[in-house]
Amino acid sequence: MAAVKPIEVVEEKVASRSPAQDAWREFRRNKVAVGGMVFIIILLLGALLAPFITPYNFAHQNNAYTRQKPMTGYIVTTDKLEACHWKDTPIEWGCTIFLAGSDSLGRDLWSRVAYGSRVSLAVAIVAASVALIIGIIYGTISGFSGGWVDNLMMRIVDFLYAVPVLPIIILMTVYFQALARAGVDSGVAGVLINLNQLTGGLMFVFIAVGALNWIGLARLARGQVLSYKQKEFVEAATAMGASDRRIIQQHLVPNIIGPLLIAESLAIPGYIFLEATLSFIGLGVNPPTPSWGAMINEGYQGLKSNPHLVLIPGIALALTTLAFNFMGDGLRDAFDPQLRGK
Amino acid sequence: MIQYIIRRILISIPVLFFILLASFLLVQALPGGPFDTVGEREMPENMRRIMERRYGLDKPVMEQFVLYASNIAKGDLGPLMRSQAQDVNDIVAQTFPVSFQLGIMAVMLGFIIGIPAGILAALYHNSPIDYTATFFAVLGVSIPNLVLGPILIYVFAVSLGWFPVAFWGAEPPWVLGIFPQLSADFFWHAVLPVFALGTGMSAVIARLTRAGLLEVLSADYIRTARSKGLRERSIIIVHALKNSLIPVATLLGPLLAGAVTGSLVIEQIFALNGMGRKFISSIGQREYFLLTSLTIIYAVLLVAGNLFVDILYGWLDPRIRYD
Repeated sequence: MAAVKPIEVVEEKVASRSPAQDAWREFRRNKVAVGGMVFIIILLLGALLAPFITPYNFAHQNNAYTRQKPMTGYIVTTDKLEACHWKDTPIEWGCTIFLAGSDSLGRDLWSRVAYGSRVSLAVAIVAASVALIIGIIYGTISGFSGGWVDNLMMRIVDFLYAVPVLPIIILMTVYFQALARAGVDSGVAGVLINLNQLTGGLMFVFIAVGALNWIGLARLARGQVLSYKQKEFVEAATAMGASDRRIIQQHLVPNIIGPLLIAESLAIPGYIFLEATLSFIGLGVNPPTPSWGAMINEGYQGLKSNPHLVLIPGIALALTTLAFNFMGDGLRDAFDPQLRGK
Repeated sequence: MIQYIIRRILISIPVLFFILLASFLLVQALPGGPFDTVGEREMPENMRRIMERRYGLDKPVMEQFVLYASNIAKGDLGPLMRSQAQDVNDIVAQTFPVSFQLGIMAVMLGFIIGIPAGILAALYHNSPIDYTATFFAVLGVSIPNLVLGPILIYVFAVSLGWFPVAFWGAEPPWVLGIFPQLSADFFWHAVLPVFALGTGMSAVIARLTRAGLLEVLSADYIRTARSKGLRERSIIIVHALKNSLIPVATLLGPLLAGAVTGSLVIEQIFALNGMGRKFISSIGQREYFLLTSLTIIYAVLLVAGNLFVDILYGWLDPRIRYD
């Protein structure tokens, strides 16, 4: 890489670069965006490997050590081993220190923050995927069909623009949580609720978030399809007798997916906010599942004496959304040079 | 123009009707009802029946909805089940102004900080000023208000003691039904919540202003203006600014509506008696009419905000035609 190469070799390489490689080079030059991506990768690894980087169980209440300050701790004696030691981490470091302090129930804050990343990343992935899938299918069908179908489908989108998302999501969350508590075990609802409980009471909220946020994507997808529909390669495919299904799957979707992915990556911080908001007002995840929003809510009561209970999950939340914003901006700049710097 | 506005309003009536129906059914579908408990104890079956009959809850759902919708058309948002002294109209009249005042002040703050910051960033493109402004804009977009709120409280209210920790500085009766009685106390209380809500908005506005102005500044008519030898100041203010604000105007509708909904968290953090806080606190009590009415008010605000933006759009950009 660093070695100086003859000019002609370099030019040959330039000629053979694909647009994606070009974009990737552009993206790598944007240090802030790369930093955001690295942070997200570390966060993903941390969420997956949470059991290995946390000394305690996130739900374990240690009543003798509530509201500990960060970086304080105590030496474990053998008789306390049972009370706080978790799994088979070495005793020397496993139970000696509260890296980030402990909350009002004596639960280790670091463990809760680490596990809390799972919720935030889950909403990012689930809601974004749901929105992306609905948006692409809806927008593609609308744009490809044209005529009255397109007109009707776009009127429905206009209708959804007037839906106040937050109150509806709140009501839906209450509905699903109440159903889960009532323990319906028959029919479709019962099956779904069991699934929901397997995922810690999150699934429905996230699906609902995605299901109410695909409108922008559908419009974008429709616009893209409308412009690609006129292109020669689609005409060629039609002339060769390709079915509509094949044209959409093989020719249209691969072309429009890039801008949609980028647009959706910029929507992810919004989903993370929304989950945090729901948990903050006490409607999100079921306790004791940790979520950064719920932790801020719990710590908020004792803000004066223990600010770290709010600041640590708050900073984690802010850093995560910051990283997603930086990465999304970088991706957009790299893939769409026209928008660069906006 | 007038025709366009009338048509838009007529179109939005069925839209609002469907949202009303959907939220009414959703609220009614919540398990449990408003009369499950008396204080801490369970309400006896026969008493619950009596109470439900009193509020018409024993009728078929669609009949209830028709009654409710016709009452709303007459301007009656329904009764409160937990209180005889007040109905939903009273609650809205008390709480909506708080959310409204908070939202309007936050949007104003957003523009006061956001537009100058965006202009400066665009004028000094790729300079330290630009980088600083852009950095703070991304920071402002990324810090959720439920993080910013507690941080502001901790620093400025708890540690420094400059501002109050909670509560709104004005109470009903409102001036003209919606405005506060202006006093030093009102502004003193408003500083932290308005900043907590407005910072994110100013960041969004600054980004859009910067992008819009950068695009306009490279347009041909700006080069023409420069070649005529106009002063830089009049080029920016007279020629560039108005066009560059068009994308910002699109944001105004969602911002105004979002300010009223988005204030939900801020109201919770600062213990303000606004609409969002009322909404959340009445979920547990299953105040059917209050929940549905507040949802439809949010929807009306959204529709009105979007209509307002479309009208503003036409004023800012005469190239846009309504027909």
